Amino acid sequence: MHIAEGVLPPVILASCAALSAAGVCIGVKKLDYDRLMTTAILSASFFVASLIHIPIGPVSGHLILNGLLGLLLGWVAFPAILVALVLQAILFQFGGITSLGVNTLNMALPPVICFYIFRPMLTNGSTSLRFAAFFCGFTAVALSAIFTSGTLALGGDNFINSAKILLASSVPVMIIEGLITAVVVSFIAKVSPQLFPFTINTPQASPTTQSAASSTAE
Amino acid sequence: MTLESFAEGTSPLHSMDAAAKLVAATIFSVCTALLTTIEAACGALLIGLLLLGIAKLSARTLAKRLLFVNAFIAFLWLTLPVSTAGTPLYSWNGFTVTHEGIHIALLITLKSNAIVTAFIALLATSNITDIGTGLAKLRVPQKLSLLFLFTWRYLHVILEEYKRLSTAATLRGFVPGTNSHTYKTYANLIAMVLIKSHDRAERVSNAMKLRGFNGTFHTLYTRQSSPFDSISACIIALSGIALLAADHFQIMELL
Repeated sequence: MHIAEGVLPPVILASCAALSAAGVCIGVKKLDYDRLMTTAILSASFFVASLIHIPIGPVSGHLILNGLLGLLLGWVAFPAILVALVLQAILFQFGGITSLGVNTLNMALPPVICFYIFRPMLTNGSTSLRFAAFFCGFTAVALSAIFTSGTLALGGDNFINSAKILLASSVPVMIIEGLITAVVVSFIAKVSPQLFPFTINTPQASPTTQSAASSTAE
Repeated sequence: MTLESFAEGTSPLHSMDAAAKLVAATIFSVCTALLTTIEAACGALLIGLLLLGIAKLSARTLAKRLLFVNAFIAFLWLTLPVSTAGTPLYSWNGFTVTHEGIHIALLITLKSNAIVTAFIALLATSNITDIGTGLAKLRVPQKLSLLFLFTWRYLHVILEEYKRLSTAATLRGFVPGTNSHTYKTYANLIAMVLIKSHDRAERVSNAMKLRGFNGTFHTLYTRQSSPFDSISACIIALSGIALLAADHFQIMELL
């Protein structure tokens, strides 16, 4: 879901770049040196996820994992995704310098929104872990698709058809992404809960079973 | 798997300072993105191709890469000519291809390829570590340039880990398909990769702290920036600006 270079009009490119820059500034402020390695790991996973093609019926789509990044990083998702996109641009020429702002905004704003919706759900234990994680992954990709086609549609009336096709084609990816995020989050919560910077409280799992699981993992 | 497909080479562009190339590529890309006429976009594409010629890259990898980049453009060609209002050029089954539609699709194709060719010639010819130090030299916030370098470092760790686990899955008879088993397997695999890489990163982080890491990353490759670098960067940037000026004042129409 990268918008290529030279497609969008300069006004949109500039305003998206300004918004992304603001997001990256907030993220860099919130990023402390102790979390740098974890952030780098997640940024690298975002990059690697785009190389993993998962079959969906006759075609295949690649993972995005931005919901997971949002859940774990919050605002720091902005610099993490910016870095991964710069690497993708340099190594594979997906996107590029002028569309970096648009692409960062479209990919990194949804995780930040998801962070505010779903992290409270996970910490106060009101909903089941899998349910919240599924919708976190689903919503992040859905919002990214909506933002991407939205910016494309803002580019002019003639882009509206392309935007519609883009949006429709990413529906299966949203569902797969939700499923994968649900399993990944519950796996990590069982095996290595210290990966989360917050404690997960679920209605089912009692704290004793969780600490037992983590002690066997170590 | 080597990710830096174009970084090996001996051309003048390969030996240029990464910071100078970053500046040149940014200015050139921004100028090209602002172009509005086909003639100026052709000029930009010519400059891009010229830079590629100087970089002397492997033609096969290059062709593959450009084909891939143009997939998005091809998708726009499917919709743009019929969904732009204007003077009809050709009509078929209720779809009308307009002159304006073809014009805008062509302009986008030229601009996009111009930027991509220049970008490959300038930035894909540096290795990532050099670009990271180049970013630091350009006064990008230290946390960002460190994050860039560490991400590049861990990318390989994660990729290796992922490959090892997916080989293990294949050996155990895992064939991906459209079913919940496939998705669950991938998810468990990804979670395991994350956990393993996180543990490893934690160990590296502790080791670095014990050795007195204070946030500065010392590079072993020091390259003296020569006046040649700044001059060539200036020429590339100026050619972009000149094209933009020509486009703006419609000098092309006078020719």
